[in-house]
Amino acid sequence: MSSGTLNLLIGLAMGLNLLALGSSRLPSLIRAVSLQGMVLGAMPLLMESKLDWRVGLVALATVVGKGVVIPTLLRRAMRAANIERELEPFIGFVPSLLLGAGGTIAAVALAQALPLLPEHAGSLLVPGAIASVLTGFILLIGRAKAISQVCGYLILENGIYLFGLLLIHATPLLVESGILLDLTVGVFVIGIIVDRIQRAFDSLDTRKLTTLRE
Amino acid sequence: MNPLLLIIVPLVGAALAVAWPNNRTRPWLLPVVGFVHVGLTLWLFLDPPAVPPNAWLGFDPLARAVLPAVALLFLVCGAYGVAYLKVRSERPNRVFVALLLVVLGMLSAGHQARHLGLLWIATETVTLAAVPLLHFNGTPRAFEATWKYLLVGGTGIALSLLGSFALGYASLHGGGDGNLTFVALTGQGAGLSRPWVLTAWVLLLVGYGTKMGLAPMHTWKPDAYGEAPGIVGAILAGGVTTVAFTALLRVRAVVGAAGEGPIADRTLLVVGLFSMLVAALFLLGTRDFKRMLAYSSVEHMGILSIGAALGPAGVAAALFHVWTNGLTKGALFLSAGNLRRAAGSASMDDVRGMAVITPRSAAIFVAGMFAVTALPPFGPFFSELQLVRAALATGHGAATTMFLGCLLFAFFGLTRVVFGIVDGRPRPAVRAHGRRFVETAGVIVPPLVLLGFSLWLGLFTPTVLREAWLAAVAQLFPTP
Repeated sequence: MSSGTLNLLIGLAMGLNLLALGSSRLPSLIRAVSLQGMVLGAMPLLMESKLDWRVGLVALATVVGKGVVIPTLLRRAMRAANIERELEPFIGFVPSLLLGAGGTIAAVALAQALPLLPEHAGSLLVPGAIASVLTGFILLIGRAKAISQVCGYLILENGIYLFGLLLIHATPLLVESGILLDLTVGVFVIGIIVDRIQRAFDSLDTRKLTTLRE
Repeated sequence: MNPLLLIIVPLVGAALAVAWPNNRTRPWLLPVVGFVHVGLTLWLFLDPPAVPPNAWLGFDPLARAVLPAVALLFLVCGAYGVAYLKVRSERPNRVFVALLLVVLGMLSAGHQARHLGLLWIATETVTLAAVPLLHFNGTPRAFEATWKYLLVGGTGIALSLLGSFALGYASLHGGGDGNLTFVALTGQGAGLSRPWVLTAWVLLLVGYGTKMGLAPMHTWKPDAYGEAPGIVGAILAGGVTTVAFTALLRVRAVVGAAGEGPIADRTLLVVGLFSMLVAALFLLGTRDFKRMLAYSSVEHMGILSIGAALGPAGVAAALFHVWTNGLTKGALFLSAGNLRRAAGSASMDDVRGMAVITPRSAAIFVAGMFAVTALPPFGPFFSELQLVRAALATGHGAATTMFLGCLLFAFFGLTRVVFGIVDGRPRPAVRAHGRRFVETAGVIVPPLVLLGFSLWLGLFTPTVLREAWLAAVAQLFPTP
């Protein structure tokens, strides 16, 4: 494996985080998420010294799932709901970007504080993972449309996936594939609920979901 | 006997439910599968199989100490489900019945999981399978609740996975071979990398704490319990929260073996007391009797968390409380479901005089409320008493005072809402609505049975159960 290429890809994924935070239009947000999913999916192939068919299968499933299937679903939901493409944020784009940049710096600092195995020492996996999780949180909290919140959730998941790569040599692939399956089903379920919310409220603006409160 | 059957039987039942053509007879699958499941669980309970230490799944002492309570709760809820789905015959119930059975199967898997990854997969499958159950009523309010459940629950899912990875890395960093069974992790003990263990503990506490509904991660609970059918609320509050609690107990044992037990206990105590406080304050403010049950559940999750923080004696009390709380809460949820159907609303502002409209359900609801607020001789009184004793014995005087204070405020809050809807003269609209609801045996007997269990646990706690709880404690706190 070449750690240089891997770090390049992680850097790319971190850049896509910032792109997602700065996107003011839904299609570009979805594109950033789908691109990030594909970049992540390719990583296990780089980490294995010899190509195992199971690793290949997981990588392929990730690329297709995160990069193609889920974004297609989101685009379809977007078109079906016929919602405005402009995003209305709770947290503005510039503040989101600043938060994201600050988060990235904090992630690098935080990763320094945690002890790493020698083979992971020079890698950006941990900072990349923490930065993506933070980006996901900012999008989850800071966006009003259900679909952009789903995108935030996907980026959060991508961060966890990055972290999981630390364990790729140690954990059996059975667990990994189970996790992948659960996450995929999760997104499908979210997709169905988005569709139902659209029908019930005639909108995907989560600011309308305010009936239930104390 | 193979403990895998506890998972396979409900899943086969779920497949049958999908294939079953008749909407009217399909709900019978719930009590039938529930009955077989209880039979198998009791068999395993009385004749516990030997669990190979490296097994990923097994009916170990901890599973033995809590899974029978979940099985019993499901059986009774399944019997209630037949009557409930008969009333709701206008809605197709294929998905509902099948997913309830999937939830049962995955709860059995989660309680028996002895592997970090498997535990995560089982718990999260439960979370996802519960989603369509929550919006069974199909109202906009139900979808709003489901969306919040998904967002908060999904974040919980994600963080517990991150925590599992962190714990895995703690093992790897400490020279482990990547074996993520709890036995191997505990065996590595002090060899685990400390900073990673603490990171993992925080993430897993937040992740599984979200599933349990500990404050401040409880925000999905009032919405979900408020809008879901009573039977779903009962199973969520008595079963899904329990699997998250056993997950935390298993992780706590690993953290303890790594030498960070005191820190874990302190966080559990603080989170537990905070949950009780938040729940007590919201109980004083809520005007909806189903949301009230959710806050009561948050309170009792706080009690469990406090129990887990108090060492072996506290954990034994907490396992006792899992039984008493799950079964009593079940009686409350089912009778509240009756009241909600009869009244057409769950708000104190609209509902009054339910003692006149549905006298039996109202009586069960009031009795259940007294049981859950720890009135002797019901079960919760004895489990909470045991917990207070454990707290005083370990020198937690201030925590005990706060614990009792929160119980008192919760009592005020609960009585305020319960008597508000039970007493008084019913409004004409509610009276007219209530005429359409008949208190058949099918909707009265199940909550009554659960209340009976609560009473039985309080008066005659079987010795074999006490032994089971102590065996689980011995598994979690191995003597060196």
